[in-house]
Amino acid sequence: MRLLTGNDLKTGAVTWWTGSDWSIHVEDAADVTGGEDEIARREEAARRVNSPYAVDAEMHEGSPRPSHIKERVRALGPTVRPDLTLKPADPDIGNWVI
Amino acid sequence: MYKYDSYDQAMVDARVEEFRDQARRRLEGKLTEDQFKPLRLMNGLYLQLHAYMLRVAIPYGTLDSRQMHALADIAEKYDRGYGHFTTRQNIQYNWIRLEEAADILADLAKVEMHAIQTSGNCIRNISSDHFAGAAADEVADPRPYAELLRQWSSFHPEFSYLPRKFKIAVIASDTDRAAMRLHDIGIQIVQNEAGELGAAFYVGGGMGRTPMIAPCINSFVPLDQLVTYSEACLRVYNRYGRRDNKYKARIKILVHELGAEEYTRQVEEEFAHLLDQGVEPPLAELERIKAYFEDPLFEAGTPETIDRSDPDFALWVDRNTVPHKEAGYVAAVISLKPVGGIPGDATAEQMRLMADLAKDYSFDELRVMHTQNVVLPHVRKADLHALWTALDEAGLGSPNLDTIEDIIACPGLDYCSLANARSIPIAQKISERFAETGKTATLGQLKLKISGCINACGHHHAGHIGILGVDRKGVENYQLLLGGSEAEDVSLAKITGPGFDENGIVDAVETVTSVYERERQDGERFLDTYRRIGMNPFKEALYG
Repeated sequence: MRLLTGNDLKTGAVTWWTGSDWSIHVEDAADVTGGEDEIARREEAARRVNSPYAVDAEMHEGSPRPSHIKERVRALGPTVRPDLTLKPADPDIGNWVI
Repeated sequence: MYKYDSYDQAMVDARVEEFRDQARRRLEGKLTEDQFKPLRLMNGLYLQLHAYMLRVAIPYGTLDSRQMHALADIAEKYDRGYGHFTTRQNIQYNWIRLEEAADILADLAKVEMHAIQTSGNCIRNISSDHFAGAAADEVADPRPYAELLRQWSSFHPEFSYLPRKFKIAVIASDTDRAAMRLHDIGIQIVQNEAGELGAAFYVGGGMGRTPMIAPCINSFVPLDQLVTYSEACLRVYNRYGRRDNKYKARIKILVHELGAEEYTRQVEEEFAHLLDQGVEPPLAELERIKAYFEDPLFEAGTPETIDRSDPDFALWVDRNTVPHKEAGYVAAVISLKPVGGIPGDATAEQMRLMADLAKDYSFDELRVMHTQNVVLPHVRKADLHALWTALDEAGLGSPNLDTIEDIIACPGLDYCSLANARSIPIAQKISERFAETGKTATLGQLKLKISGCINACGHHHAGHIGILGVDRKGVENYQLLLGGSEAEDVSLAKITGPGFDENGIVDAVETVTSVYERERQDGERFLDTYRRIGMNPFKEALYG
């Protein structure tokens, strides 16, 4: 599957296309296979996202998980600062990234 | 230290307003990202892995307490309560909002700071010896010359669009504490036999994917021609540096391809042409700058002896203080490398404490080291125990300067969009391993440097032990290098062989240190032993 990701223009936060909007949670991301270029063009023109691009992903325990470690680090936050990640209370989240 | 005059302040203030307008136009959709990107980069604003990242310039690493307090305030008000001190003596904030970036620049301008030329293909923040003005072995304080070059290079219209970024370091002692020969231009202020000061120019060094040691192209440029000679070096590069391939665009490639002799000939020709063009500022300007760097009022007769009855304090004194040119004083290094910590990170509270301690004990001065620590350059020996006590209580008292725990590490894949692998966790694991085994002390000076990609921000080429993170089919892998140095005995490290995984690289580092312990002769550092016995015994131990 393919996910569309980018950054929020104002805040720089990592965002994922859900099919109708942008979310900071990768588990909300929708498969955009085949439609990524058109969605990216439209959303960037509307300034709802900055520098969007598509990444490969697989389903993992019912949620999309980017294939490459770089995108998994982007999705969650720095592995060395669990307190600053999106899931600071999840002790197993490191296994999801690595 | 240098204080802005009305021109400096006006330039920085004008840049803040210019950027405020650019950011507004971007947010309103009047500028595309392609149009805006070069503008934000000229103000140190990157789009990194998790958010915008702002890199703030700290010229030659020198700060006063007011500026350090401002950096702490920015960390707290606009970021997530911390900052990261870098190998360019700068500070980076990792969680910046575009809508607030101009406000940050305005706050910086109030304390004579900015983020100008911390990115882009221009002359970057000029680095220097972190012990400048304190070191007993310097022939002069290098910072006035660095400041002169800062002023020359700021907004230089001819050098704002160079083929690639350009880094300059200025030192003034034979001991190189600034990796001078691994810069695009390294300048060493030297004294000739007649007692006159001049500048030795080393051009074409660098790390990155093609590491090179800069050759000396002129061993004595009179100081009243310093700017003109620098201009000649840059002009030849600007004219002939490659713009067709960014991987071959640095000056080191030009110097290598032309040969140092031919490059020098062209520089000398350009220099002769420039000499009567009025490029050089009047000497009065240099004298004006020098006045800002006069010694503080050192106290005569302050005690030389230190009460070493507390063993933890004595260890910190032995490891983290260095001799000073003035009797009764030392330069004290504040380690930002606690065991298991993130190299170079400091919280807002820690920054404020360092600022207050600088005010109380170091004539209101701090220095950022390229090794990602902070120096209080002028501390009375009599004040050391009070200083150490305050640092230790705040987690800043690690006694590990130049040991295997004092690791340089780039932000790596945890923060950087260019990185291929994480650097910080490797640094954490290595410092924990060696603290746990108690080997740190027995290994003595051992400089370990980690980069998360070939761009080498973590200086892995110059580590006694270097580690380079690479991406092997989506999995982090770490190459081990041995034998590098960024000091006056400069050398480039060599790869040992196949790489290791995250845990394997920690074991590999322990293995090579065991070879050193087995093979070393009296007084030898790791680097000395490596140079004497060569790579093979280490490879044998690593790979069988």
